[in-house]
Amino acid sequence: MAVPKRKMSRSNTRSRRANWKAAPVALTTCPACKSPTQPHMACPTCGTYKDRQYAVAERTEHQA
Amino acid sequence: MPTPTKGPRLGGGPAHERLMLANLVQSLFEHDSIVTTEAKARRMRPLAERMVTFAKRGDLAARRKVLTVVKDKGVVHRLFVEIAPDMAEREGGYTRVTRMAARKGDNAPMCIVELVREPVNAKPKRAVVAEAEAAAKRSAKDEEAAAAAATEADETAEVEATEAPAAEAPEAAANEAPEAEAEAADEKPQA
Repeated sequence: MAVPKRKMSRSNTRSRRANWKAAPVALTTCPACKSPTQPHMACPTCGTYKDRQYAVAERTEHQA
Repeated sequence: MPTPTKGPRLGGGPAHERLMLANLVQSLFEHDSIVTTEAKARRMRPLAERMVTFAKRGDLAARRKVLTVVKDKGVVHRLFVEIAPDMAEREGGYTRVTRMAARKGDNAPMCIVELVREPVNAKPKRAVVAEAEAAAKRSAKDEEAAAAAATEADETAEVEATEAPAAEAPEAAANEAPEAEAEAADEKPQA
């Protein structure tokens, strides 16, 4: 089995891990309730999407 | 026709996928609207729409075809008697998938799949809209051309005076426009 010949330095490890970044979530403003919401998605605050109302899409107490 | 599915099936095997999709379709026709993951919604949509197409045909052979997928006769009855008449005017697109916030446990993207049962609002076909827009643009251009011709025509009034009113007439506008522009272009070097 192929194994590494050398110990990887902390520097190399850290410089590799420095590129693990979280991307910001794209947000728009809900036209119905003005709260921030993700685009192309029923608003989790008021449950509307394109003037249609979905009660099931609203955020539950389990989703913070 | 829906594109054949490439890659692995949902749920571990082709039989499992068939069963899951059949259950989803049955629930959809029972409740009009279901919440599921986006992957399942995308897979079940063509199947559900095919079932509605069968229901619109409405004969016994179509009913038997649907019964091979949806096993519950009550749900099939509802599909043929209640749902199909609502879809009579609709040319495809019987279901609507709306994305919603991801599930908490596994962050799976979730969807609401619903039957589109509201009446079709008479939205004009794209070709008709494009034609109307083109006509509006043409008439605007004609007016510009006519105005330009009128300003150019001050020195050599006689020829332009006959052309400009003709260009303003809306029916004849389409034919007159290139001529009017050509006239205007010819006049510019002299003026």
